[in-house]
Amino acid sequence: MTWTSLNAWAAAPEIFLLVAVSVILLIDLFVSDAKRHITYLLTLVSLAITACLTVNGLAQPVQLAFSGMFVADPIAGVAKLGMVLGVALVLIYGRTYAEARGIYKGELFSLTLFALLGMMVMSSALNFVTLYVGLELLSLSLYALVALRRDNVHATEAAMKYFILGALASGMLLYGMSMVYGATHSLDILTIAQRVMNGEVNHLLIVFGIVFIVVGIGFKLGAVPFHMWVPDVYEGSPTLIAQLIGSAPKIAAFAFVIRILAQGLEAYVQDWRGMLVVMAILSLAIGNLTAIAQTNIKRMFAYSTISHMGFLLLGILVGTPVGYAAAFFYAVTYMLTTAAGFGLVMLLSREGFEADRIDDFKGLNQRSPWFAAMMLLVMFSMAGIPVFVGFFAKLAILEAVVNLGLTWLAIYAVLMSVIGAFYYLRVVKVMYFDDAEDKSPIVAGLDSRVVLSVNCLLLLIIGLMPDRLLYLISAAVAHSLLPA
Amino acid sequence: MLKHARQQAKPLLTNNNRTLDGEPNVLTLTHYLVLSAILFAVSVFGIFVNRKNLIVLLMAIELMLLAVNMNFVAFSQFLGDASGQVFVFFILTVAAAESAIGLAILVVLFRNLRSINVEDLGSLKG
Repeated sequence: MTWTSLNAWAAAPEIFLLVAVSVILLIDLFVSDAKRHITYLLTLVSLAITACLTVNGLAQPVQLAFSGMFVADPIAGVAKLGMVLGVALVLIYGRTYAEARGIYKGELFSLTLFALLGMMVMSSALNFVTLYVGLELLSLSLYALVALRRDNVHATEAAMKYFILGALASGMLLYGMSMVYGATHSLDILTIAQRVMNGEVNHLLIVFGIVFIVVGIGFKLGAVPFHMWVPDVYEGSPTLIAQLIGSAPKIAAFAFVIRILAQGLEAYVQDWRGMLVVMAILSLAIGNLTAIAQTNIKRMFAYSTISHMGFLLLGILVGTPVGYAAAFFYAVTYMLTTAAGFGLVMLLSREGFEADRIDDFKGLNQRSPWFAAMMLLVMFSMAGIPVFVGFFAKLAILEAVVNLGLTWLAIYAVLMSVIGAFYYLRVVKVMYFDDAEDKSPIVAGLDSRVVLSVNCLLLLIIGLMPDRLLYLISAAVAHSLLPA
Repeated sequence: MLKHARQQAKPLLTNNNRTLDGEPNVLTLTHYLVLSAILFAVSVFGIFVNRKNLIVLLMAIELMLLAVNMNFVAFSQFLGDASGQVFVFFILTVAAAESAIGLAILVVLFRNLRSINVEDLGSLKG
């Protein structure tokens, strides 16, 4: 094996990020608490360079690296850009919040970057081994991040629940992978696809494997009936970690599903579609109905995530490039929306005050009309009200589902979104028509205020002009290694 | 006398892998798959039924990964493809890291909660 056959240049963003994390980890040892902003700036700079390398890779044709275990294709490239942006937003919004809670430490930065590295490896993986290693790098970093406030009962309890259910999900996924390996004699996704297509596999064994893989994916996405961990983890973890869990990994999970189900097991679309339909129906119902009863806004976001994952599954189960593109668009825009939502929760919080009850948003219009308007944008986008980006994301998915002939499923999804609009609009009502309980001014850095405003306005701007992003994502899906 | 000794020295299984009854007694792929399925079921059962001790939960998780490893090794051996055994090394390594993090979370949880009883994990509800 020579250096050229490794084709390591295709993995340049990952290799750079790995080196950067190691360097940041070392430098942070010599940085005192007062000068922690050095680590913070280095982290943001390495994120920017990673993004540049990814953009550079996007201009190249599809490349295989490491003997076909790794692929640099446009789906992975666009997903990586989204994930880098998501992680950068977490750090920018969470800086003041983390400082006030004593978790503004080197671990926060290195673990976040390792989680990002795991996500990037996941989205580029073309072999069960790389998929699994990327997934575990992401999960292990997240378990540790949830427990970052180690003197807090809620945080440690959430970490334990997340850990146990996450490990269970990995076990399920691996069991399914072992069955698929047994049926196809290969761990390589392209070889699996080829052998499955030729029909030279044991049908029973592979369907058995698909069931376990879908269960594992359901756990990782947080789709009903495998959603038990989502609300507890969102509520218990520090808000910036909840933002991290709720935003970028959803894009990685989408890429993961595409690699296994669409690229590897496309020939069995009839078998996995049925399972995804059931999970989507249950997620839409339970996510939206249970969110109505919540008083904690982080918990409400958790149930709203569950319902949004139902929508994401609707796009994937269509099983055509149009459906995948719609789901991809949904994942990317959902990342932006949820990042802004958690960013606003952190904007209102201060030392010793979490701002995680819906009542804490009472009379926000009197305290800060601008940020009340920003929260309005986020809520309207999540509810899927026209001209906001959430509407176009839902529209694209519903269009794909109707074209598949599942009109009843599309009608059901719309009905559930209407129910969902109730609890989003309740937040708007509380902000504009109730009196503020505490009138303390908002303390937040200028950087997070500016970035947050841009982020929220983007939800409106992309909503007004969705063509460009939609075109970029459709082109990425069309030019990747999907079977025709 | 000599005949008797030779009979005693005779192994229980003859060289053509038959028992004394003449039944074929080869360990096939199915045996391994059934055993690993049983181990997997035991570990899932252990996670959902166990209501007492978090350490038992961590053990069940390890058992689950080992069941998967047995699956991979069995397939790899019987299909004549080495990549499954390579995957097992990765799974073993990750499992070690996973249990390190699991035990670390358990230690911080015990400091806050003064208990490792699963039923005491109830501060987050709704």
